[in-house]
Amino acid sequence: MKNKLLPFLIILSSFIFILRLFWVQLIDINDVKLSNKNSVEKVYNFPERGYVFDRNDRLIVGNELFYDLMIIPAELKPIDTLEFCKILKIAKTTLIDKINKAKKYSRVKPSVFLSQISKTDYAIIQEKLWKYKGFSVRKKSNRNYLLNSASNILGYISEVNDYEVKDNSYYESGELIGRQGIEKSYEKKLRGLKGVSYFEKDNFNRTTGSYKEGVYDTLLKPAKNINLTIDSNLQIYGDSLMVNKFGSIVAIEPESGEILSLINAPSFDPNLLIGRERSTNYLKLKNDTIGKPLFDRGLQGMYPPGSTFKLINGLIALQEDVITPSTKILCNAGHFYSNKRFMKCHCKPGTYNDLNKAIYNSCNTYFATIYKKTIEKYSSSKQGVDNWKNHVNSFGLGNYLGYDHPLGQPGLIPDSKYYDKWYPNNRWRAATTISNGIGQGEILTTPIQLGNIAASIANRGWFITPHFVKKISNDSIKFKYREKKYSSIDSIHFEKIVQGMYDVIEKGTAQNSKIRGIEIVGKTGTAENFIKIDDVRKQLTDHSIFIGFAPKENPKIAIAVFIENGYWGTRWAAPIASLMMEKYLNKKVERKYLEKYIFNGNLMNEYLKPYTKSNFSINE
Amino acid sequence: MSKINLTKIDWTSISILSLLIVLGLGNIYSSSQAYLLESLLNYNTFTKQLVFVILSIVIFLFIQFLPFSFFIRYSSLLYIFSIISLICLFVFGNEVNGALAWYQFNGFSLQPSEFAKPITALALAKYLSDINSNLKTIQTQFYSFLIVLIPIILIGIQPDPGTIIVFLSFILVFYKVGLPSLYMNLFVGFILLFFTTIIFTPKYVLAFLILLVLIFIFFKKNMIKKTLIYGTVFSLFVLSVDFIFNNVFEQRHRDRFNVVIGLEQDNRGVGYNSNQSRIAFASGGILGEGFLKGSQTRGKFVPEQHTDYIFSTVGEEWGFLGATFIIFLYTYLMLRISKRADLQRNLFSKIYSYSTVTIIFTHYFINIGMVIGLVPTIGIPLPFLSYGGSNLMAFILLFAIYIKLDSQRTSKW
Repeated sequence: MKNKLLPFLIILSSFIFILRLFWVQLIDINDVKLSNKNSVEKVYNFPERGYVFDRNDRLIVGNELFYDLMIIPAELKPIDTLEFCKILKIAKTTLIDKINKAKKYSRVKPSVFLSQISKTDYAIIQEKLWKYKGFSVRKKSNRNYLLNSASNILGYISEVNDYEVKDNSYYESGELIGRQGIEKSYEKKLRGLKGVSYFEKDNFNRTTGSYKEGVYDTLLKPAKNINLTIDSNLQIYGDSLMVNKFGSIVAIEPESGEILSLINAPSFDPNLLIGRERSTNYLKLKNDTIGKPLFDRGLQGMYPPGSTFKLINGLIALQEDVITPSTKILCNAGHFYSNKRFMKCHCKPGTYNDLNKAIYNSCNTYFATIYKKTIEKYSSSKQGVDNWKNHVNSFGLGNYLGYDHPLGQPGLIPDSKYYDKWYPNNRWRAATTISNGIGQGEILTTPIQLGNIAASIANRGWFITPHFVKKISNDSIKFKYREKKYSSIDSIHFEKIVQGMYDVIEKGTAQNSKIRGIEIVGKTGTAENFIKIDDVRKQLTDHSIFIGFAPKENPKIAIAVFIENGYWGTRWAAPIASLMMEKYLNKKVERKYLEKYIFNGNLMNEYLKPYTKSNFSINE
Repeated sequence: MSKINLTKIDWTSISILSLLIVLGLGNIYSSSQAYLLESLLNYNTFTKQLVFVILSIVIFLFIQFLPFSFFIRYSSLLYIFSIISLICLFVFGNEVNGALAWYQFNGFSLQPSEFAKPITALALAKYLSDINSNLKTIQTQFYSFLIVLIPIILIGIQPDPGTIIVFLSFILVFYKVGLPSLYMNLFVGFILLFFTTIIFTPKYVLAFLILLVLIFIFFKKNMIKKTLIYGTVFSLFVLSVDFIFNNVFEQRHRDRFNVVIGLEQDNRGVGYNSNQSRIAFASGGILGEGFLKGSQTRGKFVPEQHTDYIFSTVGEEWGFLGATFIIFLYTYLMLRISKRADLQRNLFSKIYSYSTVTIIFTHYFINIGMVIGLVPTIGIPLPFLSYGGSNLMAFILLFAIYIKLDSQRTSKW
């Protein structure tokens, strides 16, 4: 023991030292990051965020530079304070205050001395800056929205939150990220890739040169500019038509699937969501629970499609061969679809309707009957409904459409399982689901899906997934947005439907929407809808709906208009759609009387009804 | 002048030592390199150390040419001279970093406490190798303790806690030469109790002690008296440690302990050195960042890096492998001297060699332990590697005498 004590201590401590070195140098090396903070400074070079243009190369989103005057107290030298204060337009006491504040923060690290200096002031300061050691200018950039519209499409950018920093190694706190809309879905293209330079620093935080001769440095990759499919004139015009109405307009170029405009009403100025006022403005928008401006009705609103859905049922019936265009069906101001159940219709008693007449008069009896026939063609209602559902799905309904915007809803197209759940043990039949025949009942669609139906009919049977981006710098857009998707209906059946839709305007439900010189086609819809007030189901005024396209041959614009609680489709939706078509196709609107009627149309009382009156009348 | 028998010289130890000194020079160069104009002055550090190395070689050679009998004959005189030099500090000395430990003349400074180490080793060897000395007797114990205690007291007044610990470590030598186990037991017990008291507060330590005493009384009935004495002594010690720690120690001392023990994390204040050193090691990784390339070293983030914290430069620039290599060199060197001391027939040389290992080991243990964060921050250099004229020359003196004595192993006189 005595003789071996010293060698034992030597070996033991060396052993412990090596273990400790192993731990400190190879295992517990999180401190290396600290080291990088200490002796290596990472400086990012950010590419300017990409510009956004509309389809006609009109700039709609740019960037605006701000300048922050920075100060490093340790580097200050005696200065001519009089001149300095004059340049900055500040009092001498402010100057001293600010310098002391900066010193308190850190003597060697830069802190903001004056923030958000205007460009003109910056020009003057920059010229004289060399005289004032310790002061420097930091450039910062933010979005500048040149169009007071399309905020729902464009989205906005803001600083990344802690979760995003944790989840994504690219972002560091304080950096900006696309939050919604195009800014979000094209974030990677619009931001580019930041470059990194490493500098070595000493213990006084002075840069002593490039770290390891810059072997770890990376170059920035410039951002890409984006051309939207949006026509900004049409978008602004749509906004003006939607004043004092809640709802949505979706306009699509049928042959390309390009979304010409997507109007969400009520809308808001995208510039509200940039700069220092962002969070208060955001809260204001969020707290508007009646108008819900942040809720994109065009993409997220799931509504019953009403009579516009009759077109799809007509197409399916033709495809399933349960009717021919000349099949006539008797309507006695409605009909009994089962022993005791009667569905009303506005046809005069004793009217015989063929397909064409049924479309332009929007006959409930006709479409309920052919829907029932379509289902009952199969031995079981299950098979019938599932077959019907597959046809409907092929128009992009009942699921997310797949457009390039982060928001969306699938809508609802019921299948046999859905009814099995509500009516177990085969207790349901075609008659149970009869409301599907006239676009009521369980079916829910979003306005953009309705727009897509219009585009599909315009193309006589196919559509291209609607999308918002036309061009990304020199890259072409994804194949997904160039590929034709065919519906399960043969194209020959479409002509009959289109003819019916043409007659809707010519002699049917939407005669007020004719445009001289343009053959427009469409279908009105009026959808019953309900709301729960204090757990009581209450019916509200019907939604006013219209889908259509123009011109009839070689269509250039397909459109869906959805006006919440606007009552008849003819009353609001159809004229608005026709004005949009006229604006887009003729570049100007000649029907000033119709325009004035829409501009002055105000549905705000309708929207306030559920909040103000306990007993209110609807469909006035 | 005595004759030198070249074949009997411990060339291996000399090689290792030379290697350590060269590596030390390299790391001093790196940690004091100037890449900013205003720190050009730091080039002095390396050049100065180079001068010290040359001076050390002169000292080394000079020692080798002295006759063996010189060390025995003059050790008492040297000891007295050394004590006087320590006393004179209080009159002529200069205060550096809060310690009155330096003589300064014409830009050169000398730290007598460094030279007191080898000289005390010589004095102890002389006294203990005397035929009349027997460490089992109270008298010998008293005188040998006194030889160590006088410098401890003088250095304690300066104050220089690191050097005090080095002198305290002579107990290992005493133990080896025949000091009864009782002293060693008390010494080790005190050290353990000192730390446990600080960490766990006296309440729990006392409770544990009482429990231990009860167990001993119950199982070893023949040792009741001994157990009670130890128990009482240790309990009193625990209470006095608590008193000293809270009332005699200053806050800065307490902070240092608390940081190492982990009771406190203070990376900006007292813990700054340890933390920066930690970062340097971590950024070294397995192979290191390369000579002159350590970013922590270049940025001078580790204070005192060329002196006490030189090992962190090794860690950063040469990595885990480099640091381990240095540890191997020290371990091998110390084990080798210790082994050769065992083989030494001459008691004077034997005791002196033990002292050499003990002094090197204490520096090695505290310095590296401190730099890698296992031991509280105590200012003590790493032998042969750290910058510093006095400590380098004193260590070379220590080592040179060992080489001289070792080479005369079989000689009869």
